[in-house]
Amino acid sequence: MKHKKHLAETAIHGVFLLLGLITVGCVLLITVYLILSGLPAIREIGLWNFLGGRTWASTEAEPSFGILPFILTSVYGTAGAIVLGVPIGFFTAVYLAKLAPPAAKNIVSSAVNLLAGIPSVVYGLVGMMVLVPAIRIFFRLPDGASLLAAIIVLGIMILPSIISVSMTALDAVPKEYEEASLALGATPIETYYKVSVPAAKSGIAAAVVLGVGRAIGEAMAVMMVAGNAPHMPSLFQSVRFLTTAVASEMSYSSGLQQQALFSIALVLFLFIMLINATLNFFLKRGKEG
Amino acid sequence: MKTTKRVLTFATASLLSLSLLAGCAGNDAASSGTVATDGSTSMEQVIGTLGEAFEQNNKGITFTYNPTGSGSGIKAVQEGRCDIGLSSRALKDDEKASGLTETVLAYDGIAIIVHPDNPIKDLSLENIAAIYTGKITNWKDVGGQDAEIVLIGREANSGTRDGFESITDTKDACQYRQELTSTGDVITTVASNPNAIGYASLAAIKDSVKPLSVGGVAPSESAVQNGSYVVQRPFMMVTKTDAKLSDAAQKFFDFALSKDAVELISKAGAVAAR
Repeated sequence: MKHKKHLAETAIHGVFLLLGLITVGCVLLITVYLILSGLPAIREIGLWNFLGGRTWASTEAEPSFGILPFILTSVYGTAGAIVLGVPIGFFTAVYLAKLAPPAAKNIVSSAVNLLAGIPSVVYGLVGMMVLVPAIRIFFRLPDGASLLAAIIVLGIMILPSIISVSMTALDAVPKEYEEASLALGATPIETYYKVSVPAAKSGIAAAVVLGVGRAIGEAMAVMMVAGNAPHMPSLFQSVRFLTTAVASEMSYSSGLQQQALFSIALVLFLFIMLINATLNFFLKRGKEG
Repeated sequence: MKTTKRVLTFATASLLSLSLLAGCAGNDAASSGTVATDGSTSMEQVIGTLGEAFEQNNKGITFTYNPTGSGSGIKAVQEGRCDIGLSSRALKDDEKASGLTETVLAYDGIAIIVHPDNPIKDLSLENIAAIYTGKITNWKDVGGQDAEIVLIGREANSGTRDGFESITDTKDACQYRQELTSTGDVITTVASNPNAIGYASLAAIKDSVKPLSVGGVAPSESAVQNGSYVVQRPFMMVTKTDAKLSDAAQKFFDFALSKDAVELISKAGAVAAR
């Protein structure tokens, strides 16, 4: 009997191990595949020409494959989304975690959850139909599809992750800290900003990094509002992100062009790895600190 | 008791699935099977209409259409992932050399579209080329209002873009403000910007945009057919040269080129080749 039980334990252990390995296998497979299919084009084009080239003309008779416009657009777009989204998200999180009466907290957090559940194509559609014409009229531009439109859409899209992760961090601050501060005569607002927020800072930093990851990886919504012309980025110009560069040309591509798209994906992948490493760093520090 | 119930449920389930299989096998071989097509997004209307009619006439044959784009469709037929590839451009020489054959199914006019509020009604082919290459940047230079022209186009390698750029002789020279990934996107974008100009398959044009006449000829089915409307391109069915189509696929191929298909194709906004 005992032996049998032991056997069952081992078997189930094996099943779990196998399932765990599937995930690891997928990650490895994608990494290896991306590197293998991304490197040949970089070698052919030249790393400097690829990363530093200012023109992307993949289908011309004499094609050029410079992805500097895409890299800068992704960086500027993400930075803009952070500048827009972090203050709103952070203050919303503080309000929800510390100040809001239960009824308001309920309503606002379900709204935030709903925002997180909206598919990105819907963000894109609303952006395309409402935001892009609004930008065109408001700024008197010939056309509203621009980096600014993408930044606004991304800024809204990263709100849910920033709010919910910061809120969790703020909720986890021990009650005793706040009670001690209040007992010493600090006002509630002083307590929240001078005690709770510093205590939760690594969680909040993790929230920001998560927002960066979400913004840099988004393709569908920005494709619908950014115009997708491979220009060097400027706020009111039509631009193409790293993600949309891959997505918009993949279906028709062939030869070196297709390989170059894999190389763009590889660059994007490296960006995401870097962001994940940063995220791990903050989370670990949060645990230790 | 519980075990009996479970066994019963299982037995019923297996019986049901078996009967499903039997149902499949019961059809006679000639009128069963699938026809898989893959390719040009601009051929959606034409191929959708043809496929629907074909399925109705041939019960038991499943017709599928995967709107991926001309390049993907050609690749799909090359790799045997579909029966018939759909391309809205002529095959390149290296594609022909790799063992593919093209058959013209229909001709499609590419309409040059603007916002309905735009006073412009007609442009010459030269003016269209000048606008798209950035030599003319203001509507007032072609008789319109004083406003910057916003150029809307398709992504690199799109069949429509290739068609448009080769007809207007603007290859690699277009200064797009927006490069969109589908015909529908172009129409929606032009419909929402009074200064925009775009191009899209004539079959897909809706009332939300205004198609321009080119050199005095309005885009219409008859103008495409008699060749007087110059911005037009072929819709191709691409097959492997040395491989035989499956019975079902051959049936569809013949149907698409038959007399019965002519009216369906024109209903879908294109002009049949025969």
